[in-house]
Amino acid sequence: MTTNPLVEIKDLNFSYDERAILKGINMTMPRGKVIAIMGGSGCGKTTLLRLIGGVVSPSSGYVRVDDQIVHELGRDKLFSLRRKMSMLFQFGALFTDLSVFDNVAFQMREHTDLPESVIRDLVFMKLHAVGLRGAHNLMPAELSGGMARRVALARSIALDPMLVMYDEPFAGLDPISLSVIGKLIRRLTDALGMTSILVTHDVHQSLEIVDYVYFISEGVIAAHGTPSEVRGSVSPFVHQFIHSEVDGPVPFHYPAEKYATDLNLENRIA
Amino acid sequence: MPRRIVIGIRGVGHRIIESVWRLGYAARFFSLILLKSGTSIRRFGLIIRELYFTGVLTMVIILVSGLFVGMVLGLQGYETLQKFGAETAVGTLVALSLVRELGPVVAGLLFASRAGSAITAEIGLMKATEQLEAMGMMAVDPIARVVAPRFWAGVISMPLLAAMFSAMGVFGGYLVAVVLIGVDEGSFWSQMQSVVDFRFDIVNGIIKTCVFGVAITAIAVFEGYNAPPTAEGVSGATTRTVVTSALVILGLDFVLTSFMFRGVG
Ligand SMILES: Nc1ncnc2c1ncn2[C@@H]1O[C@H](COP(=O)(O)OP(=O)(O)O)[C@@H](O)[C@H]1O
Ligand SMILES: [Mg+2]
Repeated sequence: MTTNPLVEIKDLNFSYDERAILKGINMTMPRGKVIAIMGGSGCGKTTLLRLIGGVVSPSSGYVRVDDQIVHELGRDKLFSLRRKMSMLFQFGALFTDLSVFDNVAFQMREHTDLPESVIRDLVFMKLHAVGLRGAHNLMPAELSGGMARRVALARSIALDPMLVMYDEPFAGLDPISLSVIGKLIRRLTDALGMTSILVTHDVHQSLEIVDYVYFISEGVIAAHGTPSEVRGSVSPFVHQFIHSEVDGPVPFHYPAEKYATDLNLENRIA
Repeated sequence: MPRRIVIGIRGVGHRIIESVWRLGYAARFFSLILLKSGTSIRRFGLIIRELYFTGVLTMVIILVSGLFVGMVLGLQGYETLQKFGAETAVGTLVALSLVRELGPVVAGLLFASRAGSAITAEIGLMKATEQLEAMGMMAVDPIARVVAPRFWAGVISMPLLAAMFSAMGVFGGYLVAVVLIGVDEGSFWSQMQSVVDFRFDIVNGIIKTCVFGVAITAIAVFEGYNAPPTAEGVSGATTRTVVTSALVILGLDFVLTSFMFRGVG
């Protein structure tokens, strides 16, 4: 039973209103691994995480987490599944009215009957793991971007989840904080025996720490493989992505009228 | 021409369907709040915290405004009443106006603009910064944990604030009429006591403030929770809270008054 992959995504389709965002996605995420999902902005990476978390439901196909089909769960079952997973939101989403300590303690207080002294020890352990034990008294507004992300990381592992999803944890960070967060994700995944899904477009940082990579482009999986397979890939898409080329399979221009038409040149020439 | 008419009618129909839909949605949201209030009642500390923000922080503006409204009432009342030699009735006038109308209505308007707007902005911002979704992903229901405590805190604080407003107003009237102008103190209080009726005036006033409290806070949490998650979305929702609350207060006040004080002196 525990040999089953933790997350399995099968023929997943999803659309907002009429607009298809994800088209026939298949993924397998084994336990204990760090899996990266890469792709351009707006290609549906966050949407995929929300589908895994059961925030939205697929139009067809399914996401199976820990042998449960997410969109078929009732509210109570879904909530008990969610206690075993957590999500680090793009901008941290720390509770701005709570201190760093209370943010990390939040789920312990909501979901357990642990005495306050135990909660205190646990929170300090989590904060120590991200190097911010000394910042426990600060409010989120007093933190730098990198520190806020680390607090969010501590909060997301508060209840030792089996699955953690990170939505662009590197966005807007300086190179040092960026590699600190990257290494922390790898280390915590191994130490706590979790499975991590890392959504990012930072290719170089993530290729160093992940076990497997999926590239999404225009709603389909454009390529996938281990980091070494990806580095050696001849796929034009992967090549463009890894070498940050401006034009390629991912066009520089948003679909538009002919340039000449928009500039009113055709009539003038005629 | 007929095409234009069709488009016009369609537009009107669309608007109506839209408003009915939103009303139904609001009703559903309201019943969700009531259904999920268990948490906030079991953990009363959550409500106490919000009572501080909605109630205590609104007290200053309520007390100061109450004082001034009462002073103006005392001044104007004295001016008019003394023409008929009835200046000792000024206490009655001040008290009745405050308890029946001005207390609930003005305190309601102030409450909506001070506390209601703050509730909307806070919940709206929590939504815009994904805090509510993050909470949901932690298997904590944001309606139970964030919305319901704020709702109950508002419902509890509004009647108390309105009572403080009226009390302060009566004191303001006393300051002007008795201390400043020199109306006889004994008759100021005794007339007030004999005319203001507990059942008809005070209880009805309290009923009004409770109704306003529910309406204002329900509007505030609804607008905040359903604000589009952008800067304009939150600011628009905050404005709508104040405007809608003001209209609802004045409208409800007319309806309630016409039921309560029909045929009563
Ligand atoms: N609530 C929504 N309603 C409609 N469209 C949305 C909504 N959220 C996101 N989208 C659209 O879905 C697409 C994918 O969004 P998202 O998953 O956030 O992309 P990203 O890969 O950058 O995380 C985007 O084009 C976005 O405009
Ligand atoms: Mg995203």
